[in-house]
Parts: sequence; C-alpha cells; structure tokens
Amino acid sequence: MDWQVVLNNSSLLARGLTTSLELTLFAIAASLPVGCLLAIGRLSKQRWLSLFCASFVNVMRSNPLVLVLFWLIFLVPLIIGHRVPNLAAVSVAFVVFFSVYFSEIVRSGIQSVGRMQISAGLSTGLTRGQTMRHIVLPQAVRAMLPALTTQCIVVFQGSTVAYVVGYDELLHSSSMIAERTGRPVELYIATAAIYFLVSLAGSLLARRFETKRSRA
Amino acid sequence: MQYNLTFSMLLTAPYLGWIADGVLTTLHLALLSWSVALLLGLAVGIARVSSNRALRLFGTFYVELFRNVPLLVQLFLWFYVVPEFLPSETARWWNRLDEVPYWTAVIGIAFYTSSRLAEQIRAALGAIPKGQFEAALSTGLTKLQMYRHVIIPYAGRIMIPAITSEFLTVFKNTALALTISVVEISATARKIEAWSFKGIEAYTVASATYMLTTLAVILVMTMLERRLAIPGLIRWGS
Repeated sequence: MDWQVVLNNSSLLARGLTTSLELTLFAIAASLPVGCLLAIGRLSKQRWLSLFCASFVNVMRSNPLVLVLFWLIFLVPLIIGHRVPNLAAVSVAFVVFFSVYFSEIVRSGIQSVGRMQISAGLSTGLTRGQTMRHIVLPQAVRAMLPALTTQCIVVFQGSTVAYVVGYDELLHSSSMIAERTGRPVELYIATAAIYFLVSLAGSLLARRFETKRSRA
Repeated sequence: MQYNLTFSMLLTAPYLGWIADGVLTTLHLALLSWSVALLLGLAVGIARVSSNRALRLFGTFYVELFRNVPLLVQLFLWFYVVPEFLPSETARWWNRLDEVPYWTAVIGIAFYTSSRLAEQIRAALGAIPKGQFEAALSTGLTKLQMYRHVIIPYAGRIMIPAITSEFLTVFKNTALALTISVVEISATARKIEAWSFKGIEAYTVASATYMLTTLAVILVMTMLERRLAIPGLIRWGS
C-alpha cells in the first residue's frame, strides 16, 4: 500500500468533503421547516390536510432515496421543459425525502408533550398559538433533540447517495481519484475513515444532548 | 409537458421479464441480508450486555465501526478493497463465483444492518427485568439455555416492532446495491427508462414494488405482534 496517493490528492478529497457537508447542511436547513409544516399538517383538525400530509409521509417513507432521486431527475426536466443541473435535482430530492423523516421526529416530539399541558395553557387564558409557542414547543424541542441530531448524521451518510447521479461529493471525488490513479484500496479506506470520524463526532454530540436531557 | 402514458408497454418483452427479475432480486437480497444481519446482530447484541469485558469492548467497537460508515462506502470497501486482502486461493475462489456483486451486497448490507440490529437487541435485553436472568440461572439452566429458552423468546417479542422497521430499512437499502451493478428493481427501472424513455411508467413500477411490499410487511407483522403479545405486558403503541 502506498498512502502517498491519498496525501497527493488531499485537496480534492477536502473539496469533496466540503461539498458533502454543504449538501448535508442545506438538506437539514431546508428539510427541518418543511418537516415542521408536514408535522403540523398531520396533527391538524382539517381532515383533508392531515390525510394529505400522512399519505405524503407514508409514500416517501416507503421509497428508497435512490429512487426518489431517479424520479426527480427524470420528472423535473419534463415538467419545466429543460434540463436542470444535477445540483438542483439532488437538492430538491434530498429536501423532499428527508423532510418526511424530520416531520416524524417533530410529530412524535409534539405528541410526547402531555395533553394536560395544552389544557392547562388554554385555561390560564393563553390563545392556541401562544400555548403552542410558550408551552408545547419548548418541551417538544427538548424531547426531539437527540433524535434530531441522529437524523442529521443519517442525512450526512445519505449524502453519499448523490454519488449515483455523479454529484461531486466526497465519495464521488474519491472514486474519480481511485479510477485515475488505479489505487482504490488506499482511497476507499481513507474515505471510509473520513466518514467514520465525522459521523462519530456527530454521534458523540448526540449523546451529550441525551445526558444533558436526562440530568435536567 | 407532453407525455403519453403507456403502461401496457411494460407487459411486453423484454420489459416484463426484466421487471420480474428485478422484483425477485430485491426481495431475496433483502430477505437474505436481513437474516444474516439478524444472526450477527443477535451475537453482537448479546456480546454488548455480556459480563465479559473484552466481549463488551468488541461489541462496542463493532457497532461504532459499522454504524458510522455510510452503507454505500461499506459496499465499496467490500467490493473493491477486501478482495485485495484475501489469501490468493480464497480470492481466486471468490472471483470465480457467479454473482460476485450480489454476494458482496449481501455481506455489505448484512454487516451494516447487524450493527443497527445489535443496538435494538441490546435495548430489548435491557428491558428484561434482571430477576428473569437470575431466576433462569438459579433453576439450574446454563447461560446458553437461559438465552435460548427464557431471554430470547421474551426479548424477541418485545423487539418485533423494531425488527419490522429495520427490515423495511434493509428493503430500501437494497437499492444501493445498484452501485456495484446488482440489477434489482431500481436499477431495472433506470434500465427501462434508458431503453424506452418511459420513465414515469418504469419508476412507477419500482415505487409500487417498494410501497406494496412495505404495506404487506406492516400488515403481517402487526398481526404477528398481536398474536405473540406477552400477556400482562402493556401492548406497544396502545
């Protein structure tokens, strides 16, 4: 084995990792609000709205990310009439796919807050919105935090799936270098190590949230 | 947007045969890797709660390793890297196998899934009151007998919901095997799209496969859960 090849291409790998992280952050930042909307829609008293949100969540949850990606890459150009860059298709697919998982976390967070809390809030004269904002959400967010951090790691690991459509994230960069230099062994081991370290750091962070919560 | 939907095209040769092959490959790939993962996960999950410190350490190491590397990267490691380190005899035998990508996918998905299952199994074992372990040992059962006759039948039933959702994850994860050229249903859909430009029809078939199987699995497992519920325990989700 010759690790020099990894060092020689470290700037390319670093750029790949940056792209992966950017995609991850974008997907999280955009999926979280959409997920909240979906969760609120599911808990709504309006039947058609909760039914629509529930079906959307269930359809998305039973499809693999790769297939959602294929769908969008095929459908988006068909709908808007011209080709779109991979970046756009991948971003949209990630948000559509992951917002559903975020919505489930948000929903179970909201539902973990006792019903009595809402009654108590309303009976002190707060409006529904105020009860949500001052009583339910602060508790729900605390309950959701560990699951949210875990989901962020899942999104980061899921960013590798963009490899399938040739999006230039870390795995794709490293496979290109591996092909060019003919040294897949060193490159894939190094790539796995990078993913391992980033994910491990993330899960240590998640665990800290959990212990903090249990102490509180 | 101009597009003529012609689902009947999918019923003609060669597409119908491709679809049947793709669906079957997805199904047995998922079942096989999940079964292997369950065995591995059981061993590692028990190791994680064992009284032996070395075993516990090994369990932690195993789980962290396989959980923190993305599945796609693990598939690449099994496909491109591991064969390089095999002794030449084994490597030759491996490369002569008929379906190297398929078996690689089984191994890769199984190891990845086993680390997640091990955590579920550890949680289920933790949910069993300590008295059950002590009572089993004090009646003269050996440790192996204790696990086989008391703990696993107990933990197994607690775990049904978790195992079900893990199976559904495995089932969707099989789509990643297309990166190492296993032609399962997602790859088949892409192939049909490339041949006929009938993307909507092709991807609908793939999506329907995943959704119908998910539905069927959930129905069967809910039934099983109800049938096997342990009397006296609070039913999960009720």
